[in-house]
Amino acid sequence: MNYFLDLFFSGLTRGSIYALIALGYTMVYGIIGLINFAHGEIYMIGAFTALIIASLLTVLGMNGMAILVISGLAAMVYAAAYGYTIEKIAYKPLRNSPRLAPLISAIGMSIFLQNYVMLAQTSDFLPFPDLIPNFAFMEPYSDFIGSSDLVILLTTAVAMLLLTIMIKYTRMGRAMRATAQDMQMAMLVGIDVNRVISFTFIIGSVLAAIGGLLIASHVGQINFYIGFIAGIKAFTAAVLGGIGSIPGAVLGGFILGLTESFATGYVSSDYEDVFAFGLLVLILIFRPSGILGRSENQKV
Amino acid sequence: MRIINEIKKSFLVALWFMFLTFPIMVIKVNPLEKLIVWRWHNLAMVGIASFFISFLLRCAGRWRKSAARRPPALTMKGLSNNPRAYYSALAVIALFSLVFPFIFSAYETSIMTTALMYVILGLGLNIVVGLAGLLDLGYVAFYAVGAYSYALLNYHFGLGFWVSLPIGAMLAAAFGILLGFPVLRLRGDYLAIVTLGFGEIIRLILENWNDFSFGPSGIANIPRPSLFGINLSLAASTIYVYFIALLLVIFTIFVVNRLQDSRIGRAWIALREDEIACQAMGIDKTRIKLAAFAMGATWAGMVGVLFAAKTTFINPASFTFMESAIILSIVVLGGMGSIIGVVIAALLFVLLPEYLRAFADYRMLLFGAVMVLMMIVRPQGIIGKVRRTYVRGQVTGDKRQKNGIITNLL
Repeated sequence: MNYFLDLFFSGLTRGSIYALIALGYTMVYGIIGLINFAHGEIYMIGAFTALIIASLLTVLGMNGMAILVISGLAAMVYAAAYGYTIEKIAYKPLRNSPRLAPLISAIGMSIFLQNYVMLAQTSDFLPFPDLIPNFAFMEPYSDFIGSSDLVILLTTAVAMLLLTIMIKYTRMGRAMRATAQDMQMAMLVGIDVNRVISFTFIIGSVLAAIGGLLIASHVGQINFYIGFIAGIKAFTAAVLGGIGSIPGAVLGGFILGLTESFATGYVSSDYEDVFAFGLLVLILIFRPSGILGRSENQKV
Repeated sequence: MRIINEIKKSFLVALWFMFLTFPIMVIKVNPLEKLIVWRWHNLAMVGIASFFISFLLRCAGRWRKSAARRPPALTMKGLSNNPRAYYSALAVIALFSLVFPFIFSAYETSIMTTALMYVILGLGLNIVVGLAGLLDLGYVAFYAVGAYSYALLNYHFGLGFWVSLPIGAMLAAAFGILLGFPVLRLRGDYLAIVTLGFGEIIRLILENWNDFSFGPSGIANIPRPSLFGINLSLAASTIYVYFIALLLVIFTIFVVNRLQDSRIGRAWIALREDEIACQAMGIDKTRIKLAAFAMGATWAGMVGVLFAAKTTFINPASFTFMESAIILSIVVLGGMGSIIGVVIAALLFVLLPEYLRAFADYRMLLFGAVMVLMMIVRPQGIIGKVRRTYVRGQVTGDKRQKNGIITNLL
């Protein structure tokens, strides 16, 4: 039973990280119909910034909680700045070009960012400081759930709640929904579409940075390549749930996380990624628009 | 006044980039020894570089706006309208490639062989991406299928290179169809991600299924191609492989060129331009999509066999997503759908990094940057595809035919 619960909670933890990253994909896709291939790199840059700032503060002799807060904030600020800049450089000039062009530009951006971090920092794995403290009250359950799992689950829940409120009830959220429905109509009713798009990238990047910080602290090491596989998995999660749908991304993230966790626990750990992609292929064969996605009729 | 304004704006851009790159470029931490290195000179470099780049782009943008025209697409029209120049250029290229291995060293011949292999890979992917418009990010999987089918057939059954070449190609085509089925209903972006997943699945299986593929350690001692049973020396077999690659390139160019104007080639182009209209014209979408995947995969399988024979050692590490990305960027940079463009891009991509060793570390960084830049500045690639157009009442039948033959090549 404990083994099952262990797998269950580690699946939930994994799933919530996927969900955090998948939200960035799904929001950007919902608004401009682009797979932001460089999104995984934003997550990686968030984790790296957190690592650098945290190490800096440790050397300066700060204590645990302050390090967590400051490096977390730095990660979010920098991820947002990168997301904003990437959109301005690589996607905005291509907004009216054929579909393949921005996708290829995004792949180029992703390769560029990976190598930029590798050259400026290192290609080795770096140990990530254990930023999340161990709570005493979690001691009795430590067989199947750790403190960092709890923190990750709670943070994800709060982030998603805030996001939902933001999208449902604020002016910007309404503008985002309008732009997602019909960009030209949104422009006609006076919405500054460029601002909405920039804002979407920023929100997505902040969520990715939170995910990056949490998972890096949970796993304990990072390198420049983590963004690639996490990005693909998160995209898989977004597609599973139905790309463009926000609850779908969350649901897809959890399904993917649990599937991976149980498959590696009960079947074989060598094929962890194969299960993820296999699941994606199956879903796409039987339900190409994802679990919660609406199938769109193409108009001529 | 305007210039001052531009300088001010460029200055702000520089400041922004200095802020952006600050933690990653300036601070280098060593968490184990708790050491921190500050690299302030990097910050200065970023600032100065981004200032000048931004300033130049602004000036260029202004110039472009005032000139109010886009630079015309570079096509080979000038050359193709002059058959004589065209054929003599072709003769020079043919002669050069024939004598190449005899004037240059074995090392250079071997690099050229690699370049030729990328030409074939590029042309193969060009069928899928350039002609049919299906973005395939897992192309390297078929390359792996080819390489492993030769290695394993040879290991288990002792089959030679020439027997394995068609078998590898056919197996790859079968895998292409296998991949094609589940993705038939998917639109562009989903397709991209599923093909990417497929490529990763193949690589992971090769890496983990030790009994079948010998896992990450790979397969060694794969024999080089034989020439009627004669055992060639290392230098001679390098030259021999070069000529096989050259032959395959010519064969590929011939087939792809003929394919473009065939019924199925036109169906692919129709599919790329508009799926719904293509169906409305009575084209069987399923069949031509599968045909595109199978045809594209065939070339990758062939090159895979050649790759295994050339290096005599293969392991899954040669078939990562980066490889797919490189092949894709060859197609994109060369100009989607353009044969000459793909050939030039493949040669540039393999030969430039070889001869610019000093920049070897920056190779992938530049790849990425060039991909983004290319999409913004010249989405049509180095050599844009000449669209066949009918100009009513201008071209006589005879002349059109003549032009047709030549423009098709480009």
